[in-house]
Amino acid sequence: MTLNGWIQILLYCVIVLLLVKPLGGYMYRVFNGDRTFLSPILSPVEQALYRISGTSENEEQHWTAYAAGIIFFSLASFLAVYVLQRLQGVLPYNPAGMPAVEQGLAFNTAVSFVTNTNWQNYGGESTMSYLVQMAGLTVQNFMSAAVGIAIAVALIRGFARASGKSIGNFWVDITRCTLYVLLPICIVLTLAYVWLGMPQTLGPYVDATTLEGAKQTIALGPVASQVAIKMLGTNGGGFFNANAAHPFENPNAISNLIQMVTIFALGAALTNVFGRMVGNQRQGWAILASMGVLFVAGVAICYWAEAAGNPLVHALGIDGGNMEGKESRFGIAASALFAVITTAASCGAVNAMHDSLTALGGLIPLINMQLGEVIVGGVGAGFYGIVMFIVVAVFVAGLMVGRTPEYLGKKIEAKEVKMAMLAILALPLVMLTFTAIAVVLPSAVASMANGGPHGFSEVLYAYTSAAANNGSAFGGLSGNTPWYNLTLGITMWVGRFFVIIPALAIAGSLAAKKTVPASAGTFPTDGPLFVGLLVGVILIVVGLTFFPALAIGPVVEHLAMVHGQTF
Amino acid sequence: MLKQLRPALVMIVFFTVLTGLIYPIGMTGIAQALFPSQANGSLITRDGKVIGSELIGQAFANDRYFHGRPSAAGNGYDASSSGGSNLGPTNPKLIERIKGDAEKLKAENPNAPVPMGLVTTSGSGLDPDVSPEDAYFQVPRVAKARNIDEAKVKSLVDSHVEGRELGVLGEPVVNVLALNLALDDLK
Repeated sequence: MTLNGWIQILLYCVIVLLLVKPLGGYMYRVFNGDRTFLSPILSPVEQALYRISGTSENEEQHWTAYAAGIIFFSLASFLAVYVLQRLQGVLPYNPAGMPAVEQGLAFNTAVSFVTNTNWQNYGGESTMSYLVQMAGLTVQNFMSAAVGIAIAVALIRGFARASGKSIGNFWVDITRCTLYVLLPICIVLTLAYVWLGMPQTLGPYVDATTLEGAKQTIALGPVASQVAIKMLGTNGGGFFNANAAHPFENPNAISNLIQMVTIFALGAALTNVFGRMVGNQRQGWAILASMGVLFVAGVAICYWAEAAGNPLVHALGIDGGNMEGKESRFGIAASALFAVITTAASCGAVNAMHDSLTALGGLIPLINMQLGEVIVGGVGAGFYGIVMFIVVAVFVAGLMVGRTPEYLGKKIEAKEVKMAMLAILALPLVMLTFTAIAVVLPSAVASMANGGPHGFSEVLYAYTSAAANNGSAFGGLSGNTPWYNLTLGITMWVGRFFVIIPALAIAGSLAAKKTVPASAGTFPTDGPLFVGLLVGVILIVVGLTFFPALAIGPVVEHLAMVHGQTF
Repeated sequence: MLKQLRPALVMIVFFTVLTGLIYPIGMTGIAQALFPSQANGSLITRDGKVIGSELIGQAFANDRYFHGRPSAAGNGYDASSSGGSNLGPTNPKLIERIKGDAEKLKAENPNAPVPMGLVTTSGSGLDPDVSPEDAYFQVPRVAKARNIDEAKVKSLVDSHVEGRELGVLGEPVVNVLALNLALDDLK
C-alpha cells in the first residue's frame, strides 16, 4: 500500500460526499414535482407523454397499482430487448454483420439488462450490433435505473406520508427521473468521456497494420454514450468484453475517477433525498454513515490484499502487488477501489478482472454483494435494500427494550418485518441453492476455468452477482450454456422482484399509518448508536448466512495460497 | 391492473426512441464535430495507412522494439476480442506461465529484477502501456538489437514516462506504441 494510493481513495470519498447535498436537493425537487431549470424545455414533452399514456401527474397510485406498472413495464422491456437481439441480423446499424443472438443467450441478456444486473454471457464487440447496443441495451441502462430510483422514492414517501392511500405515480416517477436526472447528466458525461478518449461513432471496425506488419482489427462503436449511463445508472454492462478495463471504455485515470464517482453519486444522494422528504437530513446522513463504515472497511481489506500480492509469484523471485488482470494506467489502488465500489453499488462494471484478484481481494466483492448491495447500492436498489435492514434493526432494538419498534414515527409491526425478512431471505435462497446444485452438476462444473476452491468461488460469485443484480463476474466461468443462461436468468428475476414487491408493500403499509410523535422513549435513529446497530445487524445477518460458503471458497484458497499450494 | 398496460407500451416506445436512438446518435453527431480524433478511436496514421490506436496496445515480438505486457485478448492484442486471462491466484497454469516468462526475461537482462508488469496479463489484453520499470528493464535488449548506445535508449524512455494524471491519479506509465514510433524515428 502506498500513501499515494490512500490519497486517491480519500479524494474519491471527498468528491462523493461533496455531491450528496446538491444532487440530493435537485432530486428532491424533481420527485416533488417542483419546477427546475430544465422545466421550460422538458415540461411540454412530459405533459404530452402523460396524455398519450393515459395518465397524469396529479394521478396517485396505491402500491399495488404502482407494482403492476413496474411489472408491465419490465415485461414490455424484456420483450423489446429480446426481439431486437433475435432480429439484429436483418436490422440496420450492424456494420460488423452480427447474426441473430441465440435464444438462450438472448433470454439471459434481456433479463439481465431489464433487472439492472447487466450480467454478460457474451462479449459485446463480438456479439451485439450497434443497434442492439443502443436501442436495446442503452435504453434499459436508463430505464432499469429509473425504475430503481422510482421505487426508492415511493418507499421514502411511505415514511414521509401519514394516513395516505397512495405512494406516488410510477409513470411520472420514471419519466421525471429519466428526463430531469439521468439524461442531462449523461449528455455532459458523454462529451467529457469522448474528450478523454472514448470513441463515439457508428462507423465500422477499423483494420490497422501494426508496426510489425500484422493485421489488427480495432472494434469501435457508440461507446461513450453507453458508458455514461452504464455508470450513472449502476448498470455496469460493458460495451466491450473487457468492460471498464478496455482502454476505449476507460482511457485513463481521470475517466476512471469520473466513472467511480458516478457509480456512487445518485445512490449516495438518495439518502439525502430521504432526509429531506422525512424532514430531517440527519436521518439521511446516519444511513450514509452506516454505508460509509462498511465501505471503508472493504476498501482497506481489498487494497491491502492486492498490494500484498500473491506469495506463489513472490516465490519465483518477482516482487510486488498482484497485477494479473489489472491495467498499468490504473495500478493496484485504483483497481482495488473500483472493485469495492462496483460491488458495493450494484454496478458490476470492472476495471480489473475479479477472477484474478487474490483470494481475500476477491472475498470483499463477494461479501459486498451478499450484503444485498446496501453500501450505497444500486441507484434506488441500495436505498430500498438498506431500508429492509433498518426495519430489522429497529425491530431488534425494540425487542431488547420491550417496546413496539418505531422508525421516524411509524410503528414497525408484523407486516413490515415479514416483508423485510422475505426480501432479505430471498437473495441467499437463490444464491446458495443454485450454487449448491451447480457444483454437483457435471455440465455446470465443466464451465469452471479454475480448479479447487477458486472454481467453487467462480460459481458462488455468479449466482451471488445475479441475485444481487450486480453483473460483475469471476469471468473465467463459461456462462453461455443452457444451464447458466436459464438459471442465472431466473436468479436475476427473483433478485429483482422479490425485493421490489416487498419494498412497495412496506411503502404502502407505512404510508397508511399515522405518525406517532417522538417521546422520551423513542430510539434516536440519527446518531452513532443507530449507525452501530444497523452495521451490526447487517454483518450478523449476512455473516450467519454466508460464512460456510465463504469458508470453503475464498478463505480456504487464501490459506492454501500462503502455504504455496496450487489447484 | 390492465390500466397499467397502455402506459407501459407507450413509454417503452417513447424511451427507446429517445434514449436508444436520439441520444446516442445525437451524441455521435456532436462528438464527431467537437472531438473527431477521439470519437473515431484515436487512430494513428503513417503515410496514409492506419497503424493502430494511441489507446490500444499491439503485439511486439521483435527484439528491436519495446514489448507490451503479455495479452490474453484472442491470440494476443486482438482488439476485436478483449479480455483477461481470468486465471485465479492458485491456478498452476498462472504460476507456470509466469515462471516461463520470467526465465526468458532473466536471460535477456540478468542485471535487474524481473518486473511484475511484464509477467502479468492486463484486464483488457489491450493495455497500451507498461510501467516505467517494465520499460527500463528492456533497454539493454533494445539497444543491443539496434546497435545503439544504451544511454540514448534510456533517455528516450525517460522522455516518454507519463506521470500520474493530475499528479495523483493512477500510476506512471509509458505508452509502448508511442515509444516504439519514436525509436524508429531515432537517427
